[in-house]
Amino acid sequence: MNTIFKIHGGIHPDEEKQLSNPGTVLDAGLPPSLILPLSQHIGKPSSLCVAPGDYVLGGQLLAEADGMVSVPLHAPTSGTVVAIEPMPVPHPSAMNNLCLELECDGEDRWIEYAGCEDWRVETPDTLISCIRAAGVAGMGGAGFPTAVKLMARDRLPLQTLIINGTECEPYITADDTLMQVDAAGIVEGAQILAHILGVEEILLAVEDNKPAALDAMQKAAKARGGDCNVMTFPTKYPSGGEKQLIEILTGKQVPTGGLPADLGIVCQNPGTAVAARDAVCFGKPLTDRIVTLTGRALARPGNYRARLGTPIEHLLTVAGFDPSQNQRLIHGGPMMGFALESSAVPIIKTTNCILVPTEQELPTPPDAQACIRCGLCAEACPASLLPQQLYWYARAKDQEQLERHHLADCIECGACSWVCPSHIPLVQYYRAAKGMIKESKTEKIRSDRSRDRFEARQERLERETLAREAQRAARRAAAEQKAAAGGADDPVAAAIARAKAKKDSASDESANS
Amino acid sequence: MLTLLQSYPLFAALIALLGLGLGFGAVLGYASVRFRTEGNPLVDQINQLLPQTQCGQCGHPGCKPYATAIAEGGAINKCPPGGQETIDALADLLDVEPQALDAEHGEEKEPNVAYIREDECIGCTKCIQACPVDAILGAAKLMHTVIADECTGCDLCVEPCPVDCIDMLPRKGGIEHWRWDLPEPNENKSSIIATDRAAA
Amino acid sequence: MSFLRITSPHGHSPLDTAQVMQAVLLATLPGIAVLTWFFGPGTLLNIVFGGVLALALEAIALRLRDRDPQRQLKDYSVLVTSTLLCIALPPYAPWWLIATGILSAVILGKHVFGGLGYNPFNPAMVGYVVLLISFPLQMSSWQAPRGLGEIPGVTESLTALFVPASYDGVTMATPLDLLRQNKGLLLDDLFSSTPQFGQWAGVGWEWVNIAFLAGGVWLIYRGIFTWHAPLAMLITLGLCAAIGFDSGSSESGGSPLFHWLSGATMFGAFFIITDPVSGATSNRGRLIFGALVGVLLYLIRVAGNYPDALAFAVLILNFAAPFIDQYTQPVTYGHKPTKEDDE
Ligand code: SF4
Ligand code: SF4
Ligand code: SF4
Ligand code: SF4
Repeated sequence: MNTIFKIHGGIHPDEEKQLSNPGTVLDAGLPPSLILPLSQHIGKPSSLCVAPGDYVLGGQLLAEADGMVSVPLHAPTSGTVVAIEPMPVPHPSAMNNLCLELECDGEDRWIEYAGCEDWRVETPDTLISCIRAAGVAGMGGAGFPTAVKLMARDRLPLQTLIINGTECEPYITADDTLMQVDAAGIVEGAQILAHILGVEEILLAVEDNKPAALDAMQKAAKARGGDCNVMTFPTKYPSGGEKQLIEILTGKQVPTGGLPADLGIVCQNPGTAVAARDAVCFGKPLTDRIVTLTGRALARPGNYRARLGTPIEHLLTVAGFDPSQNQRLIHGGPMMGFALESSAVPIIKTTNCILVPTEQELPTPPDAQACIRCGLCAEACPASLLPQQLYWYARAKDQEQLERHHLADCIECGACSWVCPSHIPLVQYYRAAKGMIKESKTEKIRSDRSRDRFEARQERLERETLAREAQRAARRAAAEQKAAAGGADDPVAAAIARAKAKKDSASDESANS
Repeated sequence: MLTLLQSYPLFAALIALLGLGLGFGAVLGYASVRFRTEGNPLVDQINQLLPQTQCGQCGHPGCKPYATAIAEGGAINKCPPGGQETIDALADLLDVEPQALDAEHGEEKEPNVAYIREDECIGCTKCIQACPVDAILGAAKLMHTVIADECTGCDLCVEPCPVDCIDMLPRKGGIEHWRWDLPEPNENKSSIIATDRAAA
Repeated sequence: MSFLRITSPHGHSPLDTAQVMQAVLLATLPGIAVLTWFFGPGTLLNIVFGGVLALALEAIALRLRDRDPQRQLKDYSVLVTSTLLCIALPPYAPWWLIATGILSAVILGKHVFGGLGYNPFNPAMVGYVVLLISFPLQMSSWQAPRGLGEIPGVTESLTALFVPASYDGVTMATPLDLLRQNKGLLLDDLFSSTPQFGQWAGVGWEWVNIAFLAGGVWLIYRGIFTWHAPLAMLITLGLCAAIGFDSGSSESGGSPLFHWLSGATMFGAFFIITDPVSGATSNRGRLIFGALVGVLLYLIRVAGNYPDALAFAVLILNFAAPFIDQYTQPVTYGHKPTKEDDE
């Protein structure tokens, strides 16, 4: 049994996990149409390979990966592509982005697909390309292309694969449910990933508030034998943060600006492990996922298996949404999720939870008061930052001090805002400040480049002018010589020579432009 | 004075502390001034702060010439692309009061990028001559195009185009450029008065 | 349908600023009760009078600064300031003394700097020091504790407050004064020969301190503030006292226990230096802050000319707090100086 390490800070909000009845998967049904954003992951948007009017089968490729850090997109059911245009997507900006609208024909016909017979004999590269082809992106939150993460094996020596079943955010039970219903799939997925990465050690991390999931995982790990080590530790938010989890399990900290791979560790979410297993063993593309629909504004909260692209509207209807007491629609959990403006947006590969609380449950925050520097935020911060200082500097837009106080190491977990007795929206300050710093850095690079280009051009122009002048002088000298030779008293020849010189220089100018 | 200090050691302590503070402050201040003057030549430092749009709105043929003018004592509020942020940075560097942007030279606006409607382009090369950063590709009688990453959005190519086929589009409109705003400082919702450090 | 778009996190802990302040007020109750028992209703009256005045002043100040008093008064912070100041003032102080103190605390200590959260100095201590410098006489006349003098009734107290000239209470030097003025007596003799000394420290004072200690421990238990600053202060104060104890000779500075239970020690440790706004902000910083207050407190007590040294010690350290903050930034996750330090 490995030891468990302590992390700094953390909070204990109400868990509210039982509300969504973890352990049972319900069916979200087939909506009349699906909306599939081309950018559901981190990296470049997928590039389309169908056109409006095309009929597609379930599992058919709709858009391919564009470059290295990108993933393909597949049709979650059969139907007709009716539109490809900007539509509202689940994003904190509430802006539109390019989406593909698929009108479902209700027949749900699928292409044939097949996987590897025995993944143990395949090379890691083959397996990675299976996973890449199935469009798997991290399903826990950020949506980083899984295949890219796995390629860390080429660069760094790895020892450990962590399957992050922590799910420390209140309300969300999607991973909990998956661990209960498909523990074997997770373990097999983990073994495939470990095989690809060439690591010996697999750690399956489950917080101690999920006894049923823990039990299922332990049984599955034992049944499949081998190298899986199920670890459990006390519940605390945000233990499930990748960096925090690594410290809990190994006592090591991911160096700032670095990746877990620098420590020889790769983290994956249970959902991603199952998706990888499906991709490798069955060749099945990622087209659906488990989403927790929860909150007291729903009559039937629970974990639903929904196709990617299902509009949230449809899900809300299925779960019995009562709009009368609700004012917020949250994509993700209450701590890190973002509020959506419209329920027309679809769920995507990273949607683990849709939270529709009543006003009573999660009241609208009161106006922020002054920071009284109570330090509760610093107590809570899992990254050992000084949120109250960051707050001052973010307000003052003091980039130098923000960097000195390590703003970049803030994981935006929201623990500080949660405890702040003055209700200051600290996380928003940090997000804005991070955006500001990033922007001024890119602007700096841009302006440096513009300056170089401008100066290079000035130099070139100067060179050209000099060259031209030299040429002209040479020509004039030649003409004069000629004129002198032909007799100074021949005005006609002189005039011709002059006109010629003039014309030369004029054409010179235009050639130069 | 001395007797006063002796009978009230506390004042002595306070005065000593104050003195120490002032002393350190002076040393630090002096050091920073020294350090500053020993860096790049002033023109380069100023040029570093200018946005390098090279648009000439300041009345100089590019940012570097304007930087030279500022170094020689010119006004610091003539660069619209840089806007207030640049003016503040310049004021900070030169240790003068920040001013508002001089409206005579134009208004601050979101950065643009030029876009040539390629099917309308007649290949006259006039825009290439105008572009201060060589961001336009093309040859005589051939269709031209803008390298969006290099374009500074200076507008200089728009005017010379005889067929008006160049559009200036916002550079940061898309979802990938979106970022969070700072929250409204609603702890003092009503108007803010000068004594407030909130605005700092 | 359109939903509200606000930033995460969407939940919040049940604790808010008003509750923090209420808890602090609640925690002063045992101390106030003991003070009232030993010294009569004077302190209580001070607090009520000062509180009303402070609320009115705050409302005016907020109005003048164009804020909404309705909302900002509800944070109770001004009541905390006024209550703490009034506890520190001698009971049976005249009304103008209290009024001047409150005025200095609220206006000079707080609003001049931009209101709650912006004040570099502890407002209650600003008020206290202003009074101490301007009216040293009134500020050092403490009522004699129960058992050593007559305890005034409510009417007498009211008279003392509003018609100061006509009131003539029984005042006595406090144990701290006595110790400082002690010339030639061994400590034990001083204790036995002077009625003001009780079992461990001054009569009454020891219980007052114990009551404030109890309130403070409760606040720490509630998680309102951390133990760092108070503990550090008590430890360094005790250490200094142990060094200066001189085994109870006539030159002795008093035992650690005496210092812990005298004057404003516990009140200061748990209610004054824990003021977050003007203190250091990280836990390490608070340790340093508290430790330095402890040292200064001892030094000024022994060498200074004032009845108690807390206010000065705190204000001086308020000066230093930003510097302490600069140098006590905690080590951020991922910044552990491991093999090579990439700063
Ligand atoms: S918790 Fe809030 S009020 Fe307290 S120090 Fe942090 S930001 Fe300030
Ligand atoms: S959001 Fe950032 S500053 Fe706040 S607690 Fe989390 S890591 Fe710390
Ligand atoms: S106005 Fe244009 S040319 Fe002048 S400094 Fe600003 S960006 Fe450069
Ligand atoms: S392409 Fe046009 S707008 Fe862009 S930098 Fe060149 S001249 Fe300026």
